[in-house]
Amino acid sequence: MQPIISVSDVSKTYATGHVALRTINLDIREGEIFALLGPNGAGKTTLIGIICGLINPSSGHITVAGHDIVRNYRTVRSMIGLVPQELSTEMFETVFATTAYTRGLFGKPKNSAFVEKVLRDLSLWDKKDSRIMALSGGMKRRVLIAKALVHEPRILFLDEPTAGVDVELRKDMWNVIRRLRDDGVTVILTTHYIEEAEEMADRIGVITKGELIVVQEKHELMRKLGKKQLVLELQKPLDAIPAALQKHALELAPTGTSLTFTYDTQAERTGITALLADMREAGIGFKDLATSQSSLEDIFVDLVRQSR
Amino acid sequence: MNFQAVRAIYGFEMARWGRTLTQSVVSPVLSTSLYFVVFGTAIGSRIAEVDGIAYGAFIVPGLIMMMLLTESTTNSAFGIYFRRFTGTIYELLSAPVSAFEITLGYVGAAATKSVILGLIILATASLFVPIHIAHPFWMLAFLVLTAVTFSLFGFIIGVWADGFEKLQIVPMLFLMPLTFLGGTFYSIKMLPPFWQTIALFNPIVYLINGFRWSFYEISDVNVAVSLGMTLCFLSVCLVVIWWIFKTGYRLKP
Ligand SMILES: Nc1ncnc2c1ncn2[C@@H]1O[C@H](COP(=O)(O)OP(=O)(O)OP(=O)(O)O)[C@@H](O)[C@H]1O
Ligand SMILES: [Mg+2]
Repeated sequence: MQPIISVSDVSKTYATGHVALRTINLDIREGEIFALLGPNGAGKTTLIGIICGLINPSSGHITVAGHDIVRNYRTVRSMIGLVPQELSTEMFETVFATTAYTRGLFGKPKNSAFVEKVLRDLSLWDKKDSRIMALSGGMKRRVLIAKALVHEPRILFLDEPTAGVDVELRKDMWNVIRRLRDDGVTVILTTHYIEEAEEMADRIGVITKGELIVVQEKHELMRKLGKKQLVLELQKPLDAIPAALQKHALELAPTGTSLTFTYDTQAERTGITALLADMREAGIGFKDLATSQSSLEDIFVDLVRQSR
Repeated sequence: MNFQAVRAIYGFEMARWGRTLTQSVVSPVLSTSLYFVVFGTAIGSRIAEVDGIAYGAFIVPGLIMMMLLTESTTNSAFGIYFRRFTGTIYELLSAPVSAFEITLGYVGAAATKSVILGLIILATASLFVPIHIAHPFWMLAFLVLTAVTFSLFGFIIGVWADGFEKLQIVPMLFLMPLTFLGGTFYSIKMLPPFWQTIALFNPIVYLINGFRWSFYEISDVNVAVSLGMTLCFLSVCLVVIWWIFKTGYRLKP
C-alpha cells in the first residue's frame, strides 16, 4: 500500500548552523497511530514543522498521499491538522469564533453543527463563549485540538498533546485519538510519556540528535529489544558472586540478599537452566524468584543512551 | 482560489477591529479634530487663504491623508505582527492558502478600516468648514489607493519587525516627519526655492497634492505624476510581499 506520508532524505540545518535533522527517511502508513519519541531537542518538532509547511527543509522532499507538499500545497494542507507543541492561541477571541475561523481558513464552508460536534467531543461546548485567555492550560490544549480537527483532516499531527494535562484529561484525549483512528484518521504524535506511546501507538520511531535510530512495530520493538530479568531471593546473603557463577550475567544486590539475572527473550537458550544447575552445584539456595519484563521506557532509555 | 479563507481572515480582522471600535475610531477622530482646531482655527485666522482656498478647508485633505497613512500602516503591521508574536501564525502557514489570499485578507481588512476612518474624519471636518469636492471619484480613488498601498507597507513592517519598538518606530520616524514636511499644512510653493526642490523628493507630497486636487483642483505637482507615484509605491510593496512569501523571510525558519 502506498504510504500516506513519505519523507525522503530530509535534512534541516537552522540559520544558526545547528543541524536539527540529519538525513531522515520515513514512511507513515494510512490509518496508523505513529509515535515519535526522542529526548528534548532531538528534532521532533522540526520534522513535524517541515511536513506541515512551517519550516523550510534544507534538503529532501516529502509527499502526502502522493502529492508533493510544495507543489500541491493546497491539496496536502487541507488533509492535515496540526496541534502545535506551544500553546499558541488567540487571546481575545471566543472558543467558538476561533474554531469556526480555522474551518474557514482551511477552505471548508461554514458548518456550525460540525463545529458544535467537535467542541462537544472535546468537552468544550460549555466554554464556547469564553474568551480563550480565560481558559486553563489544559482547556487551551483542547481548543488547539478542536482547531486541528474542525476542517475534517485525514492526518493529524499532535506535538505533545498531553504535556501539562491531568490524568483524567489525558485518558479523555487517548479516547479521542482512538475514535479518530477508528474513523480512519492517521495520527502522528510525539510524547515524553512513554506509557502513552506504549498504550496508543501501532508503530514507534525513536529520534535522537536529528537521526531516526529505530522505526518499528510497537510489539516487535518490545519483543526484540525487551530484556527479561530473573530475580532470585537468596536463602543466605553473599559477599560476592562466587567464581562458579562468574560466567553468568549476574548482578548481586548491595544487600547481598538477591541475584538478578538478565537474559534475552529472543535467544535460543536463555541460560536459565545452566544458571540454576550451577547454583545447585555451588550450594546456593534461593527462597523465591520473580521475572520482570522491561517496559518501553527502559527500551527507550537504553536506545538513547547507546546512541550517545 | 480559497475564497472561504480570504473571507475568514477578513472577517476575523474586522471583528477584532469591531471589538475595540471606540478606541480605534475615537482616537484618530479626536487627534484630527485637535489638529483642525489648532492649525485650522488658530493659524487659519492669520493665513486667510492658500491658492484662493480658505486655510481651514485647505488643510482638510492633508489631515485625512496623514491619518490614512499612519492608521493603514500601524493597523496592518499590528495585525500580522501580533500573530507572529503570539505564535498563532502557525495556523496561517499550515493552511491551504496562498500568499495572495493571506495578503488580500489582511490588507483588505486594514484598508477597509482606514477608508472608513477617512470618511468619518471627512464628515467631522465638514462640521468645522464648508468642504467642496470637485472630483468625488478621484477623491475616493486616491483614498482607496493610498489605504491599500500603506496597508501593504504596514504588512511588510509587521513581518520585518522583531519587537514592538520597531513596530512603532517606522510610523514615528518616517511617516510623521514626511507628512509634516509633505505639505499637509501649507503649499510647498510657500517654501524657499531650495526646500521646494527637496520637497519634490518626498513621496508624500504627491499623495497629498493628488488628494487635494480632487477636492479643490489645486496642486503643487502634476496630478498624473501623483497617481503614477502612488501606483509605483504600490507595485514596490507588492513585489516585496511576494518575495517575503517566496523565501519565507521572518515567517519560516
Ligand atoms: N528556529 C530555530 N533556530 C535555531 N535552532 C532551532 C530552531 N528551532 C529549533 N532549533 C534547534 O533544533 C533542535 C531540535 O529542535 P526541536 O524543537 O525539533 O526538538 P524536539 O525534539 O521537538 O524537542 P522537545 O522534546 O524539547 O520539544 C534543538 O536543538 C533546537 O535548539
Ligand atoms: Mg518539540
